[in-house]
Amino acid sequence: MAETVIEVRNLDLGYGDLPVMRNLNFSVRKGEVFVVMGTSGCGKSTLLKSLIGLKEPQRGDVLYCGKNFWLASETELEKIIRSFGVLYQGGALWSSLTLGENVALPLQLYSDLSEEQIKELVALKLSLVRLSGYADFYPGELSGGMRKRGGLARALALDPEIVFFDEPSSGLDPLSAKMLDDLILELRDILGVTVVVVTHELASIFAIGDNAILLDAESKTMIAQGPPKDLLASSRDGRVIKFLTRGVK
Amino acid sequence: MPAEKLAFDFSVSGTLCLNLSGEWVIPAGMPSLKEVSRQFSIRTDIKRIIFTIATDFKWDSAFIAFLISLASECQHRKIDLSIDGLPQLAQKLFAITAKLRQPLIVRPALQEKFLERVGERTLQVRAGAVSVLSFLGEIAFAFMKMFSGKAYFRWEDFILITRRCGVDALGLVSLISILVGMILAFIGAIQLRIFGAQIYIADIVGIAMVRVMGAVMTAVLISGRTGASFAAELGIMQTNEEIDALKTFGINPVEFLVLPRVLALVIMMPLLTIYADLMGILGGFIISIGMLGLNPVEYWNHTQAAIKLNTIWIGLIHGFVFGIIVAICGCLRGMNCERSAEGVGIATTSAVVSAITNIVIATAIITYVCQVIGV
Ligand SMILES: Nc1ncnc2c1ncn2[C@@H]1O[C@H](COP(=O)(O)OP(=O)(O)OP(=O)(O)O)[C@@H](O)[C@H]1O
Ligand SMILES: [Mg+2]
Repeated sequence: MAETVIEVRNLDLGYGDLPVMRNLNFSVRKGEVFVVMGTSGCGKSTLLKSLIGLKEPQRGDVLYCGKNFWLASETELEKIIRSFGVLYQGGALWSSLTLGENVALPLQLYSDLSEEQIKELVALKLSLVRLSGYADFYPGELSGGMRKRGGLARALALDPEIVFFDEPSSGLDPLSAKMLDDLILELRDILGVTVVVVTHELASIFAIGDNAILLDAESKTMIAQGPPKDLLASSRDGRVIKFLTRGVK
Repeated sequence: MPAEKLAFDFSVSGTLCLNLSGEWVIPAGMPSLKEVSRQFSIRTDIKRIIFTIATDFKWDSAFIAFLISLASECQHRKIDLSIDGLPQLAQKLFAITAKLRQPLIVRPALQEKFLERVGERTLQVRAGAVSVLSFLGEIAFAFMKMFSGKAYFRWEDFILITRRCGVDALGLVSLISILVGMILAFIGAIQLRIFGAQIYIADIVGIAMVRVMGAVMTAVLISGRTGASFAAELGIMQTNEEIDALKTFGINPVEFLVLPRVLALVIMMPLLTIYADLMGILGGFIISIGMLGLNPVEYWNHTQAAIKLNTIWIGLIHGFVFGIIVAICGCLRGMNCERSAEGVGIATTSAVVSAITNIVIATAIITYVCQVIGV
């Protein structure tokens, strides 16, 4: 079995006095597509924020390759942060920079490559997300789906080991959503990256998910864990079946 | 040394073998393509390139980028590039990305010619003037609708905005006005001491503050404080499509957003002006009594005698006009904001700059008119 890259132990999440999730325990293995599922407002984005270091959990630990994220020293933390890339819901490209400059910025900060080499590398990342040729466009001049793929190119800039996606298919047409799903699988297969996806798109969940957890808003904890297809086939929990079949069963 | 990662082997004639070792990864950096192309110019007989890799060879996408630029160089020189010696995964990634590669698309905006730009700007001036006028018209229309009770006007918003641009600004206005009053008193004192007429400091400070300085200083402060925030607020609403959302519900954004802001400033600015006048007089009083040793009662009597009712009215008219100017400049720039973070910045800047410019112009006009009608 592949090694564990992220381990979450006894995690409690909340905003002040408002609890959002309690007692989360799961692990993400190297090279898999891990899906965080759940209904709207149940706390998926909150969980993602605490995985990528934007929000401190109220209790519990997040470990990256055995290192505790929230207790790591400055240098360890920088190493962890550089090992992952994040695709935000709207792409979050910096609007005052061109697409090419967006992807180049982390490379200029964190590598010794020459300008020429960075330019070539940027072109490569853009071609990976099927945006070859658009380096000189500003984010405002791209469509929503293109912006999202641009955000992905930026997330991939430093060849991360883990890529986090917040709702990759939201706001996209079915074909663009499918294209992004295919891209995710391609990343896993060719670059060997570990992928963590937050989504409630059933089509995506079944198409790309190797492993998944389902968060439940009512009980404020996770109620299922495993490959999505197995969950659908063998779960005895009515709530899980309802979610995975759109309430049909 | 990056150079050691790359060694050249010419043992087979016509073939350049690249021996790769070490880390060809993003953080570590890698040799320049020029080192390879230099070999091409030294040895013109190279027909083919092959690779051998050392056991410690490590690669990531930066190496693939290197390969791609090498491949295009080879194509240019008609040299055969054989990548069989590379790791399987690298070959695969190279094949995929090389196929996806497309030439740069030139952005339409970059092709603009100089003369076109000049023409464009000239047309923009006219369009800008038209948009200012139609905006003024819309506001006037919205006011009429409000007085006839037909406008969609939220009093909650109005009260909140009034508080933010009025009461919340009192601290800043106090500080600046007291200082301005003090400065006026000091400057006056130097001149008047020569004639032993120091008590007339009271007249200078009183008239200057009440007639124009109080209003101008307040307006400049409020344009930086409130005018800028109007532009930024409306600009971000424009960016977030909130203003579009109002329109699609049939709500006139001018009534909903602009009207309360203009009304709030038009009411608060004269009040702030009176407050600033009093603070300025207080500043002059402090200096005159505390440092120049004048008699407080005498000072107060002089101030009262100097300030006529007309002077107060002129000050209030200044405040009223400035309120309109600051509110309209802020709202206009915000409503016409471009939909980007940069656009919001530009809108904020130009709101303040145009407000201050118009304040100075308006002061000149009012002063001239007062001169002509003799008040
Ligand atoms: N900044 C905040 N302050 C207080 N409560 C918040 C904050 N952000 C989110 N919440 C609350 O936390 C809960 C979880 O929100 P979260 O954004 O994580 O949901 P989600 O699962 O990502 O939903 P969606 O699928 O709609 O994006 C919600 O009940 C929300 O009201
Ligand atoms: Mg969310």
